[in-house]
Amino acid sequence: MLSLLNFYEALDSLSSNKLRSALTVLGIVIGVGAVIGIMAVGAGAQNTITGQISSIGTNLLFVLRGGTEDIRNPKPLTIQDAEAIADPFAAPSVVGVAPVLQDTLELSYAGESTFAQSFGVTSSYNSVSNLALSEGEFVSEAHILGRAAVAVIGPDTAETLLGRREGVVGETIRIEGQPFRVIGLMTSRGGSGFGNQDNQVMVPLSTAQTRLMSRGRDRVDMIMVKASSPETVPSADLEIASILRTRHRTPIGSDDFTVFTQEDFLTTAGTITGVLTLFLGGIAGISLLVGGIGIMNIMLVSVTERTREIGLRKAVGARKRDILFQFLTESSLLSLAGGLIGIALGWGLSLIVGAIAAASDTDLTPSVTLDSVLLATLFSAAVGLFFGLYPAKRAADLEPVEALRYE
Amino acid sequence: MSEWVIDAEALVKTYKMGEVEVHALRGVSLKVRPGEVLSIMGPSGSGKSTLMNLIGCLDRPSTGSYRLDGEQVSDLSDDELAEIRSRKVGFVFQSFNLLGRQTALANVELPMRYAGVARGRRQRATEALEAVGLGDRLRHRPNELSGGQQQRVAIARALVNSPSIVLADEPTGNLDSKSGDEVMRYLLGLNKDLGTTLVFVTHDPEIAARTKRIVRLFDGEIVEDK
Repeated sequence: MLSLLNFYEALDSLSSNKLRSALTVLGIVIGVGAVIGIMAVGAGAQNTITGQISSIGTNLLFVLRGGTEDIRNPKPLTIQDAEAIADPFAAPSVVGVAPVLQDTLELSYAGESTFAQSFGVTSSYNSVSNLALSEGEFVSEAHILGRAAVAVIGPDTAETLLGRREGVVGETIRIEGQPFRVIGLMTSRGGSGFGNQDNQVMVPLSTAQTRLMSRGRDRVDMIMVKASSPETVPSADLEIASILRTRHRTPIGSDDFTVFTQEDFLTTAGTITGVLTLFLGGIAGISLLVGGIGIMNIMLVSVTERTREIGLRKAVGARKRDILFQFLTESSLLSLAGGLIGIALGWGLSLIVGAIAAASDTDLTPSVTLDSVLLATLFSAAVGLFFGLYPAKRAADLEPVEALRYE
Repeated sequence: MSEWVIDAEALVKTYKMGEVEVHALRGVSLKVRPGEVLSIMGPSGSGKSTLMNLIGCLDRPSTGSYRLDGEQVSDLSDDELAEIRSRKVGFVFQSFNLLGRQTALANVELPMRYAGVARGRRQRATEALEAVGLGDRLRHRPNELSGGQQQRVAIARALVNSPSIVLADEPTGNLDSKSGDEVMRYLLGLNKDLGTTLVFVTHDPEIAARTKRIVRLFDGEIVEDK
C-alpha cells in the first residue's frame, strides 16, 4: 500500500519534529556532500593530468634506460641509439627522434633565481614534442655544432626570472652560473605545480653535455620518438625494441630499456588518480555510513515513542507490511532528502574548490559527473532503506495487544 | 448470516510470565446473536481484557475455538487477523487512541485505508462523523476537540467499515458523566439503527445496567450470564 498518502503521512510525521529530522538528515548531507565533492575534484584532476599528457603530443613514445628490476648492468642509451632509431628502413613507422638530457638546474637573472626542468635537446625536439614558440627561434643544427650558449625558456620561467611573458629574446640568463642567451620563448601549454610544462628551459644537447649535465660520452637520458600516426605507435614500439635489442645485444626477454607510449602514461595517470579518488571517496563514504546509523537510531526512538500509535493502527486493520512501509517511507525520505541536499552541497564544494584553484592559477576544474550524482542518490536511498529496515521491522512485529497497553 | 456472531468454545489463554504460568482464561464459552448488546464485567485480573482481545481478534487463544461471524479465526496468521479486524471489528478504547496529528476526517478514514477501500473514503468518513453529530468538526484535530467529541470520532472510526461487532473497552472511563452519557447514547443508537452487535467491557454498573445481557467473569471463568 505504497501511495501518495503514505508519503504525506511520513512527511507530516517527520515535520512534527523538525529539529530532530534536520539533525538526522545532516549526517547524510555531510556524507553525500563529501562523496560528491571529492569525486568532482578527482574527476577534475584526472582531466587536468590527461590534458597535460596529451598536450605533449599524441603519437609519442619514450625510450628509457633499464628494463625490469632483475636486469643487471643495463647499457645506457646513446646518441647512436637515437640515430639508429631514426633510420627510415629499420623503423618505417618513426618520423622523428629526439634524444634528450634531463636535469633540474638553477637559473638566475639579476638576483632572481629559480629551479627549472632543463633539457638538452637536438633541433628535432621541436617537431617531435609539438613545441610551439611564441617568439624567437628554436635550437638549430648550427647551435648544436657550435655548442652555443643559447636557451629556449618557458613562459613561467620568463615570468619568474625577467618579470614578463614577452619580449625576452636577447636577454642573457645564467644557468648554473653560466651565461646563456635567450633565443626563444615557448607558448603556454598549461600546467602547474610539480612538473610544470611552462617552467622549463631547453639548451642544445652538445652544450648540455659539456657544460651543464656531465654524463658519459654520448649518453642521453631519454629518447623521444614520434610515430607517423597514433595508429602506428604499436608498430613503432616493436621497431624500436628490435633495433635496441640488436644494438645492446640483449637476450630475448631481458630488455635493458623500456618503451613507454603516451597510452601507458595516460593509463598510469588515470589509475593513480582513480585509486586516489576511490580512496578519498571511500573515506567520505564512511561518514555516509555514520549518517545511516544516525537514521537507524532516530527511527528506533520513533518506533518506541509511537508504540501506541502502531498498536492502534494494527487494531484497526494494519497488516505488518503496512507498518513496515510506513516506517521505511519515513527513513527513506530522511536519507533521500539528505542525499539531495548533499548533492547540492557537494556541487557547491566543488565550485568553491574550482574558484580557489582558479584564483591560485592552478589548472583544475572540478566536474560533478552524472554518475556520481546518480550513485549518491541511489546510495543514500539504499542507506535509508537498509538502516530503516531494522526499526521498521521492529515496529511491524509489535504485538497489537502489547502495543496498545504500552504507556 | 450465521446464527451466532460470536461463537466461542472453551477458550483458554495462558501467559508465561518468566517461570510462572498465568491462566488468564480457563475455558470460556460465549455465544452472542447478531444485534445483541452485552456487557462483560468483572474485577481487575478476572480476564475480561484478555477475553476482549480474543473476541476482537487482537490475540489468539491458547486452546479452544472461536468463530466470528461464522469464520474460524482461532488459528489465523497475524496478517489474516489484521484483515478480519479491519472488516469485522470496531474498537472504542477508554483513552480514545486517535492519531493526534491528523484531522477527525483522516482518523476516520484510517481503517478504510487498511481495508483497501480505494474510492469514496472521504464521503463515507464524512457520513460517519455526521452520524455521531460531528459534521461541523471534520477538519479539527483531536486536541481541538473535547473528550466526548474525541470519543465520538473514535466511534465513527469504529463504524466506518460496517463491522459485525463493536468492542467498547470502558468507553466512558475518561469522560465526565454528561459526555459519557452522550457517548453511550450514540453507541446504543447505533445498535438500534444499524443492528451492530455491541460488547462493552466495563466495571461500571451504570453502563452494564443499560445493556440487556451481562456476563460476569471471575478468575478466568464465566460466573454469571443473564
